[in-house]
Amino acid sequence: MALYSEKVMEHFLNPQNVGVIENADGVGEVGNAKCGDIMKMYLKIDNEVITDVKFETFGCASAIASSSMATEMIKGKPVAEAMLLTNKAVAEALDGLPPHKMHCSVLAEEAIQAAIEDYDKKKAE
Amino acid sequence: MQIYADNAATTKMSEAAIKAMTDCAKSYWGNPSSLYTIGQKAKELLEEARADIARIINAEPREILFTSGGSEADNQALLSAAMLGKKQGKTHIISSAFEHHAILHTLKRLEQNGFSVTLLPVHENGVVDPEELKEAIDDNTCLVTVMTANNEIGTIQPIKELGAICRERGVLFHTDAVQAVGHIPLDVKAQNIDMLSASAHKFHGPKGVGFLYAKKGVRLSNLIEGGAQERGKRAGTENLPGILSMVAALKEAVAGMDKHAEHMKKVRDHLIEGLSQIPHSALNGEAERRLAGNVNFSFEGIEGESLLILLDQRGISASSGSACTSGALDPSHVLLAIGRIHDVAHGSLRLSIGEDITMEEADYIIENVREVVEYLRSFSPVWRDLMTGKKEFIL
Repeated sequence: MALYSEKVMEHFLNPQNVGVIENADGVGEVGNAKCGDIMKMYLKIDNEVITDVKFETFGCASAIASSSMATEMIKGKPVAEAMLLTNKAVAEALDGLPPHKMHCSVLAEEAIQAAIEDYDKKKAE
Repeated sequence: MQIYADNAATTKMSEAAIKAMTDCAKSYWGNPSSLYTIGQKAKELLEEARADIARIINAEPREILFTSGGSEADNQALLSAAMLGKKQGKTHIISSAFEHHAILHTLKRLEQNGFSVTLLPVHENGVVDPEELKEAIDDNTCLVTVMTANNEIGTIQPIKELGAICRERGVLFHTDAVQAVGHIPLDVKAQNIDMLSASAHKFHGPKGVGFLYAKKGVRLSNLIEGGAQERGKRAGTENLPGILSMVAALKEAVAGMDKHAEHMKKVRDHLIEGLSQIPHSALNGEAERRLAGNVNFSFEGIEGESLLILLDQRGISASSGSACTSGALDPSHVLLAIGRIHDVAHGSLRLSIGEDITMEEADYIIENVREVVEYLRSFSPVWRDLMTGKKEFIL
């Protein structure tokens, strides 16, 4: 049995939305190097819709695949909808993650929420 | 190109080992405990195998006990020595911080049963200092156990010196030589070793078989109770196909040892030189006192599991001390023991080459590791922080 699903491998080997958005409207970073996973999300938002999203990830294959899948899932979506994205939905979209890798999908959920919170904060200023 | 560079995890069985195993299964399938001819033939082969192993490590045949592998041998050695210690009222054990878990977890169990354990530091170079053993040993010490060569970083320990200190103080000395047997010369008499563990599948033998050397007079306690096999110290019908296969592999490994080591050292040093060119990387453990087949690097700003999977895509099988490869939260205890901080320990790569490695393959490894590390750094937020000065480089 392979360690990861084909979907995870696909997103790990060919990750979508990799990179940085200069002057992003919201930036969120979660995790820490001590645990071996850091995820950073950059959002471009127009009229409360996520028009572009990029990520940078330091972590294992499932962390990179989760970042790629999560960014695909929120691209073009209203901010309010993106805020509701769960780690479970990310893991399911990847055809499942091994039990000890579920925290990678949690990081993806948290990174998106952190980026949206940053956007909300900037908006309030 | 397909390159297997994880020989510290397991090795491919040699043709001689496979032949010995199948020959035994076909022709010598009798039970060595039976008294008719086919049983006695099996018994004869079993005792020949014991004598061969004994000769190779300069022990007596009766001092060799066949086991299911290195972990069983480690468990039995430690529990036996602890039992002997307890009888004399001695309950202190000394080991090192980067032992295999077969040792560390057995020590944990002994701690729960009233023993105290001192783990000697292994320093940045990955080598135990005999002077520190001298300081740690006391009248309550019943056992010292230090591995011959480390399984992750390949550093070779000063076994003879450590053994001499133990001998002087009348303390039993055990060494987990799983990574060393068949790779570097071992002589239990000259190196003052009282007990030694070995595993066949690390030297092109089969899995599920190994041996424990215990010096005459060191009374072993059973892990497995039952029949009178192995002088009553390890019950269960002997795994003769495995044992004969192990001996065939070991004889071959020992016969080719010098030649193989010379070649592998050249390739190893070439790999170390090549990988050192990758910016912000470092060799883990010292280069000199090191197994000929071991290369272990840390690369800053990346995580080891993704490195391994991408190398696998390019035909290279290797391993890492990253937490993600084991399902644990912490990275390798070995890398932490030599002072690598978590961030850097996660980004490690172990290449354990075999004797059939070529220089072209080494060049292929260097080129691909460089490319993959560069690729993973290109979207690592840690690398970005390092490059923009938000964080300071460690390596």
